[in-house]
Amino acid sequence: MTGVFAAATAAIVVCMGLTLARSIAGPTVFDRILAVNSFGTKTVLLIALVGYLAGRPDFLDLALVYALMNFIGTIAAMKFTRFGDLAGMEDDDSGEVF
Amino acid sequence: MLDLVHLVLFTFLAVVAVAIIRLKDLFAAVMLMGIFSLLSASLFTVMDAVDVAFTEAAVGAGISTILMLATLALTDSEEHPEHNKFQAMPLIAVVLTGVTLVFATFDMPRYGDPDAPIHQYVAPYYIEHTEEEIGVPNMVTAILASYRGYDTWGETTVIFTACVGVMLLLGGHAIVDRFRRRKPPGREGEP
Repeated sequence: MTGVFAAATAAIVVCMGLTLARSIAGPTVFDRILAVNSFGTKTVLLIALVGYLAGRPDFLDLALVYALMNFIGTIAAMKFTRFGDLAGMEDDDSGEVF
Repeated sequence: MLDLVHLVLFTFLAVVAVAIIRLKDLFAAVMLMGIFSLLSASLFTVMDAVDVAFTEAAVGAGISTILMLATLALTDSEEHPEHNKFQAMPLIAVVLTGVTLVFATFDMPRYGDPDAPIHQYVAPYYIEHTEEEIGVPNMVTAILASYRGYDTWGETTVIFTACVGVMLLLGGHAIVDRFRRRKPPGREGEP
């Protein structure tokens, strides 16, 4: 079973490398937002897997909290790109998308 | 296996750091800083410093990203460097500082060393007496909320006061004005 966890960890780390490359190269803003979001997801998965690999399955709780953090960060980034302001109101639809 | 994960994560950290410095698009730099703190948080977790990782994820990936984006909303999101030519002096200063810091780590106890001072001072007392004195199963909770209860209380008060102060200074009037200025639906005089 450890072999499976190790293989999965290796695969996740490779995926992290790929999303990293996209976030650095990414021509548009949305490439980068998506890259950061999926990088966060990869972090969640990595922490969960490492928890099982190191014999500490309680890391799973941590992974859940990371998922929540990641969501908040992505929402903030999306709001910034949509409104150009974090306190953008819902009737403010003249937001500049760059 | 875990050593390999450490190594790869550290490599990613270095790559992200260099990319943050090189990028001129500040929005991309903020996004990469989010990745940077996610990476360091996972490194801390993999190295068993779970509480530090928690703080890093909350402050680094969560609040910092939002604060940086809020700053970008007030300024330009493109960097305009004053001078592009290579300067040797800052590089030398940074390299020297780095070498000094690395040199200083040689004096520190090895990672995971049970004889390190941090494991010899009060930690054995907490491990032996938490169960009978506090009765909380989680030792970290017992230390934070009971042994160092006043300390934690003070910290919370300081953070709360700082938050209230900053909100009053920056946001208070702006938020109220925003709601007052809010146009009713079906506006006509739109430019």
